[in-house]
Amino acid sequence: MKFALKVWRQHDANAAGSFVDYEIDGITADMSFLEMIDALNEKLLLKGEDPITFEHDCREGICGSCGFLINGLAHGGQKATTVCQLAMRFFKDGDTIVLEPWRAAAFPIVRDLMVDRSAFDRIIQSGGYISVPTGGAPEASAILVGKDKADVAFDAAACIGCGACVAACPNTSAMLFTAAKMTHLNSLPQGQPQRDARTLGMITTMEQEGFGNCTNHGECEMVCPKEIPLEFIGKMNRDLIRAAMNGQTEANVRVDANGKMVD
Amino acid sequence: MLETNIPSGPIEQKWENCRSHMMLVNPANRRKHKVIVVGSGLAGAAAAATLGQQGYPVHNFTFHDSPRRAHSIAAQGGINAAKNYRNDGDSIFRLFYDTVKGGDFRAREANVYRLAEISVNIIDQCVAQGVPFAREYGGLLDTRSFGGVQVQRTFYARGQTGQQLLLGAYQALEEQIAAGTVTMHTRCEMLDVVMVDGQARGIITRDLRTGAVQAHTADVVILATGGYGNVFYLSTNAMNSNTTAIWRAHKRGAFFGNPCFTQIHPTCIPRSSEHQSKLTLMSESLRNDGRVWVPKKKGETRKANQIPEDERDYFLERRYPSFGNLVPRDVASRAAKEVCDEGYGIGPNGTPGGLGVYLDFGAAIKRLGLEAIKERYGNLFEIYERITGEDAYKEPMRIYPAVHYTMGGLWVDYNLMTTIPGLFAGGEANFSDHGANRLGASALMQGLADGYFVLPATVPNYIASNKFKPVSETDAEFVQALEENKKWLQSLFDIKGERTPDSFHKQLGDIMWEYCGMARNAEGLTKAIKEIKDLKAEFWKNLKLIGKGEELNQSLEKANRIADFLELGILMCTDALERGESCGGHFRTESQTAEGEAMRNDEQFAYVSAWQWQGPDQPEKLFKDPLTFEHVHLTQRSYK
Repeated sequence: MKFALKVWRQHDANAAGSFVDYEIDGITADMSFLEMIDALNEKLLLKGEDPITFEHDCREGICGSCGFLINGLAHGGQKATTVCQLAMRFFKDGDTIVLEPWRAAAFPIVRDLMVDRSAFDRIIQSGGYISVPTGGAPEASAILVGKDKADVAFDAAACIGCGACVAACPNTSAMLFTAAKMTHLNSLPQGQPQRDARTLGMITTMEQEGFGNCTNHGECEMVCPKEIPLEFIGKMNRDLIRAAMNGQTEANVRVDANGKMVD
Repeated sequence: MLETNIPSGPIEQKWENCRSHMMLVNPANRRKHKVIVVGSGLAGAAAAATLGQQGYPVHNFTFHDSPRRAHSIAAQGGINAAKNYRNDGDSIFRLFYDTVKGGDFRAREANVYRLAEISVNIIDQCVAQGVPFAREYGGLLDTRSFGGVQVQRTFYARGQTGQQLLLGAYQALEEQIAAGTVTMHTRCEMLDVVMVDGQARGIITRDLRTGAVQAHTADVVILATGGYGNVFYLSTNAMNSNTTAIWRAHKRGAFFGNPCFTQIHPTCIPRSSEHQSKLTLMSESLRNDGRVWVPKKKGETRKANQIPEDERDYFLERRYPSFGNLVPRDVASRAAKEVCDEGYGIGPNGTPGGLGVYLDFGAAIKRLGLEAIKERYGNLFEIYERITGEDAYKEPMRIYPAVHYTMGGLWVDYNLMTTIPGLFAGGEANFSDHGANRLGASALMQGLADGYFVLPATVPNYIASNKFKPVSETDAEFVQALEENKKWLQSLFDIKGERTPDSFHKQLGDIMWEYCGMARNAEGLTKAIKEIKDLKAEFWKNLKLIGKGEELNQSLEKANRIADFLELGILMCTDALERGESCGGHFRTESQTAEGEAMRNDEQFAYVSAWQWQGPDQPEKLFKDPLTFEHVHLTQRSYK
């Protein structure tokens, strides 16, 4: 198979970027999308041109490293599929394919198709955990978790933090990502003591990092490789109201400059 | 010469006695002792978070953009623990016994016993963190069985146990980062260990964004940088997994333990094209219901479904009637290789003579119904279809063995300290607990045992019992190491040759797979050593890079790692050549029984091989760390 590629090339966050045209031949249907770029990069290097920078690692859809827009769709638009698992058989011989990095103010471009998603880590730092110093845990079977709750927690915890939800959202909202972690921890009995503080801490940081709000487009759900459902954003909003009803507000849950909740 | 520091006393009291007599550091003094942790997988993130909680200033380094991306995340099946919630006869002793036996009697009893003891604490810790393990309807934890054992002791979170355990450790780590006890260095790759007066006192790193080469001081350095399966180029490891951190430590004096012990997993999706970059594992659990076979006729051109029952060779069931399709990983892998080498294998679309065997669910679907199979393995069938474009409900899967895990790693004593004082190794990066073959669901157990419980006990003991002279990045040792590493990186650019880094990596992988893969012999290994030496020489004459080191440069990252893989490959083949017995995943064709099964030689080879670097292009020196067995009876494994 043969393809024409238009690839966004940008040297760093401050440099101007532009699309550059490439042609690649000899691609087979069972190659993955990233293997197609590998093949192109080998050619570029041999010609003395700068290979395309992109993030990737496990290549089995679980580490969350890879991801960019393919013809405007995050991860290429195949159901429950990351770029690394996207096979070239989904494209037609001779297609023109446009590659762009995630576009979001909160995800500055590092180079070409690689962006900086460290804002996600800072959202987790603001409450995306249950405080359990090592060694202090009770016997595991002392904590009962109903199968229904455990299943919801798992569905939410399946998020791989790739950032596709942000890239797909017209508002570059990180609500699906934030709501997924919050639903995971807030659904479990272990997560209850810090529930309200977690909710406010994570939402505060999410806003501070420059992510937009949710206006219910649902694009995030469509591109999510782990099929995290939109309803978790509803759960997050309910948890926010719950925190307020409990007398917790962003003012009296003490959150420091980094968004870290202070106990 | 090698001091294992195994505590005295009965095996079930060793760890408790050891912990009770360890030296402690006053909480107020802990903040004076900086600890570097390299790697943020299960072992690294758990150690960094726990030492941070204890009050040590921890600096954690990862080459990923976030600690959550470490390759522990890809582990599927589960984590073993001797909880005996099933009341099916499990115990700490039984987990210990199974692990030593599964490792074909090439692991240290004392270490493995400690691992089994700690396994129960790991589950407590992870549940409290909110890891969403599978549950029974009554709310209790569910467990399932795994290969090589007869009890149900494997805790799991669907097919993503590694992901959920890593996220638990990652979240604990992020809490400490926010608290200021852990400083995180992302996109930062370790290049070297810095030695001062014979102690490890820091590391040299390269910032992958800017290319800046920097020195970092510490009182202790912990390497939790994973395994080196990517020496084979194609493996189930993540693309960026590499040996550089442990290899550079090895070149600074850390001994390398059992480098040739590699696990080759039987159920992976076969290689499909020349451009293939990695192999995808299909969970071992598939062998519970899938039957493995090849056509009886060589050159068979019919599709699988058109081949009648009596023209199929269910070779695992034929050779191992009592274990059938559930023989251990090493045995299943070897059997598949043998039938393919004899020409019975199957290529894509049923073409004869390929590298693949059928894993057939036809009988299970008839017996249990399509829905039952979908419920059990649906996500795996989806993965298979996404990658191959084939529907495994309608025609059998094709599978082939692939490199999955390396049991070898830096040699460590009971305290997980390498032969360099102050340099520790945890998780897959050390050689410690799995002997010559790792049982399923034991890698997660070991990574977390090392990270949450062992290192946070033994590292403070080391700090409390040693003196540390103040060091700074401007000291001669650091300046010199910095200059050496800058020179090394520049030397890669100076080659100005014609071949890409990947082309060398693929060629190295082909040599390793051919001669140091599932079957090895003296002739092949000798040949491999020569071929890798020649390839290394060519690498240093003909490597092509562009750009510069002082910027983001992914080709440089690859070349820097491949240079180390080339040297490691020579050591792996040397070790495989020296170990003239078959054991676990190490099968020497010269050492087999009349039926073609692996034959161990306890008289001559009941030791851990620990190799010492002797300088560039010099043969390494072998030290033997003898293994004695007081609690486990040495037997030849049989699965007939």
